[in-house]
Amino acid sequence: MSKNILKLTCRGLRDSIAKGEVKSSDAVSAVFEQIEKHDAKIGAFLSTFKQDALKKANEVDEKIGKGKPVGALAGVPITVKDNMCTTFGTTTCASKILQNFRSPYNATVIEKLLAADAVIIGKTNLDEFAMGSSTENSGLKKTVNPWDYSRVPGGSSGGSAAAVAAQMCFAALGSDTGGSIRQPASFCGIVGLKPTYGRVSRYGLVAYGSSLDQIGPLARNTVDCALLLNVIAGHDEKDSTSVDEKTAPLCDWLEKIEQPVAELKIAVVPQLFKGADGEVVNAIKGAIEVYKKLGAEIVEINMPHFEYAIAAYYLIATAEASSNLARYDGVHYGYRTAKPADYIEVYTKSRNEALGQEVKRRIMLGTYALSSGYYDAYYLKALKVRNLIRSDFTAAFEKADCIIMPTSPTTAFKVGEKTNDPLQMYLSDVYTIAVNLAGVPAISIPCGFDKNNLPVGMQIIAPAFAEGKLLQVAGMFENETDFHTKSPVIK
Amino acid sequence: MGQKRIDIEQVRQVAKLSRLALSEAEIAQFAVQLSAILEYVEKLNQLDTADVEPLAHCLPINNCFREDIVKQSLGTEKTLANAPQRDEQFFKVPKILEEPGGF
Repeated sequence: MSKNILKLTCRGLRDSIAKGEVKSSDAVSAVFEQIEKHDAKIGAFLSTFKQDALKKANEVDEKIGKGKPVGALAGVPITVKDNMCTTFGTTTCASKILQNFRSPYNATVIEKLLAADAVIIGKTNLDEFAMGSSTENSGLKKTVNPWDYSRVPGGSSGGSAAAVAAQMCFAALGSDTGGSIRQPASFCGIVGLKPTYGRVSRYGLVAYGSSLDQIGPLARNTVDCALLLNVIAGHDEKDSTSVDEKTAPLCDWLEKIEQPVAELKIAVVPQLFKGADGEVVNAIKGAIEVYKKLGAEIVEINMPHFEYAIAAYYLIATAEASSNLARYDGVHYGYRTAKPADYIEVYTKSRNEALGQEVKRRIMLGTYALSSGYYDAYYLKALKVRNLIRSDFTAAFEKADCIIMPTSPTTAFKVGEKTNDPLQMYLSDVYTIAVNLAGVPAISIPCGFDKNNLPVGMQIIAPAFAEGKLLQVAGMFENETDFHTKSPVIK
Repeated sequence: MGQKRIDIEQVRQVAKLSRLALSEAEIAQFAVQLSAILEYVEKLNQLDTADVEPLAHCLPINNCFREDIVKQSLGTEKTLANAPQRDEQFFKVPKILEEPGGF
């Protein structure tokens, strides 16, 4: 029985629970059986809430039994990345500096999940403060890729992606500052959606790069992503950068996804194929053929500033990070050094002892880029290039409905392969980063496998607030293919 | 790789600004790694941006005002619950001023 439950999609489970065919408590028991069997090896979770989850599941089952109304995710086991504040358990950001931090409030997305009667079963591992592309920068735990334990799950939402791929939950929330939802989704063979900047409230998401950060779903297919987006999207007065619903009207994305796009025009950027592995390029080209058969018109475009995105990003994101992470001072919350000689050492030693190498490196780089004498040459220059990058997207969307390219230049790389060379790690984000600089939505969906049976992800990018179209285009591909239905064999 | 973009002394200065008590080994390592990253980001100089406006934020969001209404705040206990050290309703830190009874 429990094996069959685990095979259900998020929406499938939601519907079965609502009809009384499956009990939420059985779904929760099934995922915990899976977690207890496999997570010692995979390492997706930083914390789990079995007792509370079962209690909540029983409440949902009881409500349904009595015919009472329930929310859109009633009884579905969900996980969230551990950089979203919860009043239950800890919110660590996978950092030693917040290892024992208990948030006094819930992030808005957590409140929305709870209001939808979702069962939050645990919090997942990440690169410390979401800074990384492999989850190897976690200060607390190692996570491996469920498809091959010698490889990384991607990052920074690596724990969320691994948990979905290994059927230890039915969907997850991640956050994406430069690709942190899409790249791990690609590496783990699942679907990951980064909504438009401002679509989902960032209140209670621990800040990394505030002009880039966005929360989104990771799930087994685009329909499940649409269901999650229905629950988490919307204006929030607690996040002044969340967009008002007059500018960006909400819609029922589950309904929207059913409709194909008429006269679909897809842009591809031939110059960008040069940097990717041959097998990745072949999978993307195969996917483009699928769209052609569906009647889509393919338009070749040039995005002349795309190649500057990594350079701009690693100045802008680190500048914002250096400011955001100044709050970890050893005074108000978090780790404090044992014996500070004076108050300055409370700051300097607490931070140095508890922050990891990548976080320190980014704080240093950002501080340098913002410091007197370098501000114009680095930070301001990067902001100007950001404008040029956005204009590339604006021009592209005048010619096509969406852009298709790989999510990552490679499939999942080996654990340890890039840890000694930070620049090489940064370069692996080449396709995802520009999207955050432009603020537009993008999705990664499975579109093939390489010779090692590792999943390849295709990235689809749409104009700001066109999540509906994005999901439709992704759904059209899923209806024709079965890559998204494949699961790793968990040993 | 040519000239280092950032030398040991500059790294030391940035560490001070960043409030990080880096070890000597870390300072040496960051000088190498940050130099490589800075060398890479200099590719931005290939672009002429003389007439380009800086873009700090990609959506047309203006100031968001709200009515000045008193609402429930977190409260002292919740605010102090994660404090590494506290003294009744205060965060406790080492002495900041040298003179006893100063201020």
